[in-house]
Amino acid sequence: MLTLLFDGIAYGMLLFVLAVGLAVTMGLMNFINLAHGAFAMAGGYTTVLLMNKLGVPFLATLPLAFVFTAILGAALERTLYRPMYARPHLDQVLFSIGLVFMAVTGVDYVIGSQQQMISVPSWLQGRFDLAAVGIGKYRLFIIVICGLLTIALQMVLSRTRFGSRLRAAVDDPRVAQGLGINVNRVFLLTFAVGSGLAGLGGALGAEVLGLDPTFPLKFMVYFLIVVSVGGTTTITGPLLAALLLGIADVFGKYYAPKLGSFIVYTLMIVILTFRPQGLFGTRSTK
Amino acid sequence: MSAVQASLRAASAWRWWEIALGIVAFASLFLAGNHALLLNEIAILALFAVSLDLILGFAGIVSLGHAAFFGFGAYVAALFAKHVMPDPLVGLVVAIATTAALGALSSVLVLRGSDLTRLMVTLGVAAVLYELANKLDWLTGGADGLQGVVMGPLLGKFEFDLYGRVAYSYSLIVLVIVMLIARRIVHSPFGYSLKALRDNRLRATSVGLSVNLRLAAVYTLAAAFAGCAGALMAQTSGFASLDGLDFHRSADVMLTVVIGGTGYLYGGIFGTIAFKVLHDVVSAWTPQYWTFWLGLFLVVLMLVGRDRLIRPWTWWKKK
Repeated sequence: MLTLLFDGIAYGMLLFVLAVGLAVTMGLMNFINLAHGAFAMAGGYTTVLLMNKLGVPFLATLPLAFVFTAILGAALERTLYRPMYARPHLDQVLFSIGLVFMAVTGVDYVIGSQQQMISVPSWLQGRFDLAAVGIGKYRLFIIVICGLLTIALQMVLSRTRFGSRLRAAVDDPRVAQGLGINVNRVFLLTFAVGSGLAGLGGALGAEVLGLDPTFPLKFMVYFLIVVSVGGTTTITGPLLAALLLGIADVFGKYYAPKLGSFIVYTLMIVILTFRPQGLFGTRSTK
Repeated sequence: MSAVQASLRAASAWRWWEIALGIVAFASLFLAGNHALLLNEIAILALFAVSLDLILGFAGIVSLGHAAFFGFGAYVAALFAKHVMPDPLVGLVVAIATTAALGALSSVLVLRGSDLTRLMVTLGVAAVLYELANKLDWLTGGADGLQGVVMGPLLGKFEFDLYGRVAYSYSLIVLVIVMLIARRIVHSPFGYSLKALRDNRLRATSVGLSVNLRLAAVYTLAAAFAGCAGALMAQTSGFASLDGLDFHRSADVMLTVVIGGTGYLYGGIFGTIAFKVLHDVVSAWTPQYWTFWLGLFLVVLMLVGRDRLIRPWTWWKKK
């Protein structure tokens, strides 16, 4: 029971790190990006290829996955995404689905469609019991890393100059622009960091979530649930939504495996019917 | 007759190409030959696309779960034929009625919130139905699909043949009827009010339109048409499967409508033909990786602007 809760929290934290970039970029530019999972996949494959082909140790691949995905995100933002901001949502949805299709088949073509395996170092394998609660070491590792990241993000957002610029830009891009904040640059940076975090999440999650070319499609819905249920105005909203989703999913799969994802989707529909702007959103997005 | 009346009349007049399209459709009944099965599929998917265009192009609801109604209609028609009565027309009416009821129920969900919320809710409804159809395998056959559906003859006379000629005639006639209904609706005051609230919901409300009722009505109607398409698919193929509820079907139909152009009703038909041709050409060339080129096509199309695809005369002009 408590073990399940623990696994659910680990899963939720992972989902949060994967989706937080999406939440911020969606709140900032009101851009519906279905291709966020592609960045997570890029991070996952960076780790897998570095480990299996070049023999880089697991821990060293994590920052590399972050950096590589962040650069990829920045490059795509500058070239492809920026012209799409002013477009209607329908165009954005189709554009990002197109990117997902390309990413899925592209990876399939270059690397192959098989499930990728990674072996985490031996000190992260196995589990130990703490007061009768079975705790997987790797899951504890995920929780610690993601927890630290969350705290760091919260500090950056609330304490630094960049954070206040970002919050101003999320609140009202036009006024922020008028006050001399370079909204485009803020957004480029945010997009890069958000993609990087997704990449890091993908790298961390390769062992837990599995990694194959259909990753962006499989988890697209989950990221979007986190963002739409959590709201895009804060980062605590998506955090709580991700934890809720993670716990609900693990419990649902354990106690009612026949129903599968049914519980998660129903929960989402119910929540969004009563709170269309998300559980923790203070106002509807524009 | 005032100027306003005259312009409204002119907008709803029959165009030469609409009549030409009707003649081509009628002629295709006799010229179909060995391609009747393919044409049948095109007619059904065109009907499905037209139903999405009603909510996407006219009411501005972005839905990523329209396949929910397609798949639901298919299952209802197949189950009805298997357990109650094999007559296709009765089955079609039953499927349309139940899908309309489902559409009316779920229309409550799409009235509130932003585009993102609507996207998620429509996607969620389709996903819930998919999971249900997958798990209730005693009823739907689960992942194997619903097999053993035997359809009775159409009108008690025409048996469905192996070459799909009867099937194609059936689907095409239903498509024409639905197009006539949809055309009438779109050019009615109701249709104009939909366009008004698509373009600016706030102003439409201040003019005194009851936005929610109108949205619910058109959503129900679109659901009924989508269910009709699904029922046709199940009846003419004698099979209903999870594929009808899958996410890729919702995405494909959206793509189809966008290729054909939204908001003028025939986009679904042209889009389906274009999509099928594109699919056949590219997948003959690279069967496994054709979605890559589809994705590339989408990205480029969105970057240059989708309106320009159906207006070739704007290609060489600066925006």
